[in-house]
Amino acid sequence: MDFLNALILLLNYTIIPALTYGSQLALGAIFVTLIYGVLRFANFATGDMMSFGTMFAVLLTYYFQSLGIGLGVLPTALLTIPFAIVMMILYMLTIDKFVFSYYRIKKSPPVQLAMVSVGVMFVTQAIIRIIIGPFDRRFLDGEKFILKAMEFKEMTGLNEGLTIKSTQLITIIVTLIVVSIMFWFLNKTKTGTSMRAYSDNEDLALLSGIDPKRVVMLTWIIAGVLATIGGVLYGLDKSYKPFVYFNNMLPIFAAAIVGGIGNPFGAFLGGYVVAFGEIFITYAYKKFFTYILPESLAPDSLMQLLSTDYKFAVSFSILVIVLLFRPSGIFKGKIL
Amino acid sequence: MKKYLNVIVAYSIMLALIILVGIFQSWSIALSIFNYCMISAVMTMGANIQWGYAGLINFGIMGYAALGGLAVVLVSVAPVPEAWEAGGLNMMVCILVIAAMVFSIRYVLKKIQKSKKRNYFVAGIIIVGLILLRMISGPAIENIEAVNPAKTGFLGGLGMPVLFSWIVGGFLAGGLAYVVGKIALGLRADYLAIATLLIAEIVVSVIKHEDWLARGVKNVIGLKRPVPYEVDLQSTPWFINLVEKFNSGKLNLIKSVAEKQEVLKQLVIDASSIYVKLCMAGLFLSVVVALLIITQKALYSPWGRKMRAIRDNEEAASAMGKNIVKEHLLIFILGSAVVGIAGAMMVTNDGLFTPGSYRPMRYTFVIWVMVIVGGTGNNFGAILGGFFVWFLWVQAAPIALFLINLFTSHLPETNALRIHLIESAPYFRFLMIGIGLLVIMRYRPQGILPEKIIKQ
Repeated sequence: MDFLNALILLLNYTIIPALTYGSQLALGAIFVTLIYGVLRFANFATGDMMSFGTMFAVLLTYYFQSLGIGLGVLPTALLTIPFAIVMMILYMLTIDKFVFSYYRIKKSPPVQLAMVSVGVMFVTQAIIRIIIGPFDRRFLDGEKFILKAMEFKEMTGLNEGLTIKSTQLITIIVTLIVVSIMFWFLNKTKTGTSMRAYSDNEDLALLSGIDPKRVVMLTWIIAGVLATIGGVLYGLDKSYKPFVYFNNMLPIFAAAIVGGIGNPFGAFLGGYVVAFGEIFITYAYKKFFTYILPESLAPDSLMQLLSTDYKFAVSFSILVIVLLFRPSGIFKGKIL
Repeated sequence: MKKYLNVIVAYSIMLALIILVGIFQSWSIALSIFNYCMISAVMTMGANIQWGYAGLINFGIMGYAALGGLAVVLVSVAPVPEAWEAGGLNMMVCILVIAAMVFSIRYVLKKIQKSKKRNYFVAGIIIVGLILLRMISGPAIENIEAVNPAKTGFLGGLGMPVLFSWIVGGFLAGGLAYVVGKIALGLRADYLAIATLLIAEIVVSVIKHEDWLARGVKNVIGLKRPVPYEVDLQSTPWFINLVEKFNSGKLNLIKSVAEKQEVLKQLVIDASSIYVKLCMAGLFLSVVVALLIITQKALYSPWGRKMRAIRDNEEAASAMGKNIVKEHLLIFILGSAVVGIAGAMMVTNDGLFTPGSYRPMRYTFVIWVMVIVGGTGNNFGAILGGFFVWFLWVQAAPIALFLINLFTSHLPETNALRIHLIESAPYFRFLMIGIGLLVIMRYRPQGILPEKIIKQ
């Protein structure tokens, strides 16, 4: 019984939140890695692009709510995602046309493109703040919980409750669907193969008749889908605040590099590595050990490796360790 | 003379802009902008040494600036004896443990061949060391933070003059750069950017959350100043006499004595704030000029040529027998040390240390915009970039407000769009900086004042 309690405790406070957070990071990390693999630069506007897509979802959610359109138990935001994605893709293609394409055609070094993306970051941030403001917004509606702690306790008779928020389940399911469609597209379709070929060796791809413009456009479209969905899921689960999205860029980068930059599957797993690392290292295991150890051995201290203040620092340290021992990432990078 | 014509023109325009602020807003605002411009210029010079001389991309400027700020607290604040009694010894032991860890790891790395066994040894030393540190420092930190937490709750500093901390800030930042450089310098350019940014985040989060060190997010206020305080000046006879002399024409027009006293008092208050800022400006200007002379000399010395050779063609320089790893590490340390000095200058200027305010937007990306806009590889350009971008950063909101009012003047006062735009005027600074960066990158990629290579 105690063992079960301990398990539920871990599940409730570490595994489920880590899976959720990991899914959100994974979507962002795949976005970073795709841009890096095909367009060959580190996109510092990542967080703000995600925020940009989410902004439309938030605004449309408010609009739909005022019209009385909703999905019942599901959040209205899910309904707005397709529209937000369209806006996002339009924005990305515009930016690409007016900003990035010039440097791509000139074959500028990646550092220059990264600096340009810093410029894009500033502009995107300004647009977001001018349109929606810098404030914290919650746009979740519908059912909040799938399983409440009290219900679970009554159901099983255990001491520990298990809470599953609807946003957590939605995040995990949507991520799995989106990521599997994306991998199917990259690996099984002809267009996907051409994208991978372009990422692998640009010149050879051009020789075999792959249209670079099409590949670039497709990349931005997929990136737009991932960024918007990732952003909206994060916003539903926590809340929407432009500054937080900008900061999320850092763990997302860590996830992409840890997984091996340029490798979408690595980025996907990297998201979970970072999320689990952050949550496992900063979780206080005192209660867990009280359950599984005999009473005489029960710990007095919190049994916490690092205080939760260092949550972000943990993911960055993971990155530093990976860079030191395996600079190409856990899964060999740079094959899309 | 002709060689420097564009520099002179650009600097005069910049100075004219600041003087315009003085005339139209106030001299006090103009001087604070000028001071901050100079701090930005020093930071930009640091980044420019790394990026312009050697092509190293360092997005960790925030971390070095924060360390420089920390140095001010550690050097100038008076020590807190109770806190030292409560846990000073333990913290000293912790430093010894860290030193022992570093030396034993170095010993293992040197003595044992590269193998799995060595990795396990290193990992073992680190884990044992961390557990030891936790055990020694845990109770001590609690005790230190319990000492008068509303006012101190930290170890305090050494109680030395604040100017000394600028040097210490440089050394601290340089030391960090040595460690970071050892870890990250082998990475490709854009990896290096990300890695330095994330390491800087780690540094800032340590400063933020280790309250025993510098009170963390509780901030340290009322730091020492290298210049007199306004309150003291206002009661100093020679200063009041000076102000009276300067404004004698204006004062003589006033007949009644009481009124005259009142006006004089107000004038003295205004003048004292300007005097303090002028003193600061003098200090900062001497740092900027000294750095400019040193960096110019370095740039056109054989060492500078070597750095440029390494930057432009690493393989060729390596084939000529230059030690690239060593030179990169050296320049990384030098540049970061300059940023550390700037960080210390900034905290001295503000008189308070707020770890919560160190954010990548303001302390990394804006500084990088300054480097790119000013001109990579040109020290005059770096200073100009620091001045110009900081000026824009501060004055963007008033400019935006003016433009919004101009373009929406046909709309009624209560128009929702107009109100919304006026409320979001502060965010136009991001727009201006971003568009400025994009335009410069596109049409003048070498910056306003491009690099000049003098053929000798």
